[in-house]
Amino acid sequence: MDFLTVLQILDSTIRLATPLLLACLAGLWSERAGIFDIGLEGKMLAAAFFSAAVAYTSGNVWIGLLAGIAASMALSGVHGVASITFRGNQLISGVAINFLAAGLTVVVAQTWFQQGGRTPQLPPEARFSNIELPGAVTRIRDIAQQGPFGQFYSELISGHSIIVYMALVIVPLTWWVLYRTRFGLRLRAVGENPAAVDTAGISVVGLRFAAVAICGVLCGLAGAYLATALNAGFVKDMSAGRGFIALAALIFAKWRPWYALSACLLFGFFDAVGNRFQNIQLGEFVVPVQFMQALPYILVVIVLAGLVGRAIPPRAGGEPYVKER
Amino acid sequence: MTTLKQLMGAAAALAISATGALADGPAIIFDLGGKFDRSFNEAAFTGAERWAEETGGSYAEIELQTDAQREQAMRRLAEAGNNPIVMAGFSQATPLAEVAPDYPDTTFVIIDGVVDEPNVRSVIFSEHEGSYLVGMLAAMASETGTVGFVGGMDIPLISAFACGYAQGVVAVNGDATVIANMTGTTPAAWNDPVRGGELTRGQIAQGADVVYAAAGGTGLGVLQVAADEGILSIGVDSNQNYLHPGSVLTSMLKRVDVAVYDAFTTGPEVETGVHVFGLAEEGVGYALDEFNAELISEEMQAAVEEARAAIIAGELMVHDFRADGTCPVQMQ
Repeated sequence: MDFLTVLQILDSTIRLATPLLLACLAGLWSERAGIFDIGLEGKMLAAAFFSAAVAYTSGNVWIGLLAGIAASMALSGVHGVASITFRGNQLISGVAINFLAAGLTVVVAQTWFQQGGRTPQLPPEARFSNIELPGAVTRIRDIAQQGPFGQFYSELISGHSIIVYMALVIVPLTWWVLYRTRFGLRLRAVGENPAAVDTAGISVVGLRFAAVAICGVLCGLAGAYLATALNAGFVKDMSAGRGFIALAALIFAKWRPWYALSACLLFGFFDAVGNRFQNIQLGEFVVPVQFMQALPYILVVIVLAGLVGRAIPPRAGGEPYVKER
Repeated sequence: MTTLKQLMGAAAALAISATGALADGPAIIFDLGGKFDRSFNEAAFTGAERWAEETGGSYAEIELQTDAQREQAMRRLAEAGNNPIVMAGFSQATPLAEVAPDYPDTTFVIIDGVVDEPNVRSVIFSEHEGSYLVGMLAAMASETGTVGFVGGMDIPLISAFACGYAQGVVAVNGDATVIANMTGTTPAAWNDPVRGGELTRGQIAQGADVVYAAAGGTGLGVLQVAADEGILSIGVDSNQNYLHPGSVLTSMLKRVDVAVYDAFTTGPEVETGVHVFGLAEEGVGYALDEFNAELISEEMQAAVEEARAAIIAGELMVHDFRADGTCPVQMQ
């Protein structure tokens, strides 16, 4: 295995980790404020559909992105109203959102485009193209001609869509807001002890809605990335369980932004390795492709069961706040 | 309580009915990829539409949403009196074997599967022969001597595509490398364009400059990445040349539309038993149209036509993976 192969796997890791990372951070914001959210998958899916559909109709990917974020935030709003205002069960609301998104996207897509629940293929201007940093070469075959540094720069650093760079910026931003601002302190407090926050005269409901809204924005980015950057259009169920992997990554990361980055990169890496090496030959024994494809999930179980140590969720997570009894 | 039952019954009926079932007419059941997958199911749909246009008749159709609906859908169409009932996709074979004996007066047609019942027509294609021809084209178009294959679900049918392709590649260039990857082991592998794209990138990184996708909806991701990266790709089942003009080298045609059209036209009297659609029957082939005319030179076309004639004449045998579960050509 040469240097370029390693770089290519890492490059693939970044592409595969980005939707996980955005969804994981979305969950982090929500759960830090005490709102469990297993509807990440559904929000991603809704955002993927609406971003692709609007990008196709308007011919502008940025308008598509806004539509995707709006769709995801609308579902966040439903989750917020159900679980904050009406104090419903957050898990049930999340499951409902997943089902709603899975069905609704296909039905609406069929009504709008009559292509069996998918959007038409997006033209280049309705997609996020890869950003080429100055001096980088684009095509995989040209990259192989470069020196080690050129390969590193062109393969790994350059040539991702803008959402990838945005996701990487959102990690320190999340950390800074949560740990270095008054808003972040209050938001974390609302997830640990909402009564104390309420006593201090700060609106618990307001803070929780803010957190859920941020969650919606990030899920919207994740979904738009799937449909308009990695792919050229929406296909039914295209989120393919990534929202749930993101939840696993969130627990693995113990609800912390930097850990979330490394957890998502790790899961992306497993996935990339599984894609790249199928049927590895070890002497006489051939590792079957089925094993390589199951590997990410096997490792998730091992990592979650053994290596992570004790992951303590926010104390008030999952419980609706009741002011007085 | 009864109202509730009625409501639930109505909901269940709605869930699987795409259009109102028409008694007596022919019917078709599409597989999970959906009838607009630009590939296998869409070819079946094209055949059904051609029949409807030419005869002015109408047909009933069901698009399956989950595996659990298969048997229910078949029984529903059979009880409504539809005849013949065409089923697209190998996954329908097992439930059909259970359903067919219950409706001896209904003729069933299964595409890509074999069901040994007196009232079932099993249509299978010689995908290995068509794949052999596109494999030759791939090897002639390749500059690096490395070509790729992305399969959908890991099943013998898809391995037959891969194996035929690899044999065609090696026939042209004995030193060529064939990289073959499968997307997954569950039906979800037919609808995962993200993974399809990643597999393609991996193959390009290993030197492939022609990639053949036999993966249903996943293949769209393969063709997209190939176009983005400036290499050639090969489509499958339907003619996919138009998707990315200048990047799709050709498409391995599998005339599912002809099989459906034939069954619909002949009606309930369609001959049962196993029918193989090979090169000789024009059941498989490669696509040549205005979108790829510049990619296929006259020499390439001549070489492929020669091989085609040799296969039809029986002078050239393409090994079928399904016969013994092995492939004579080593793939990476």
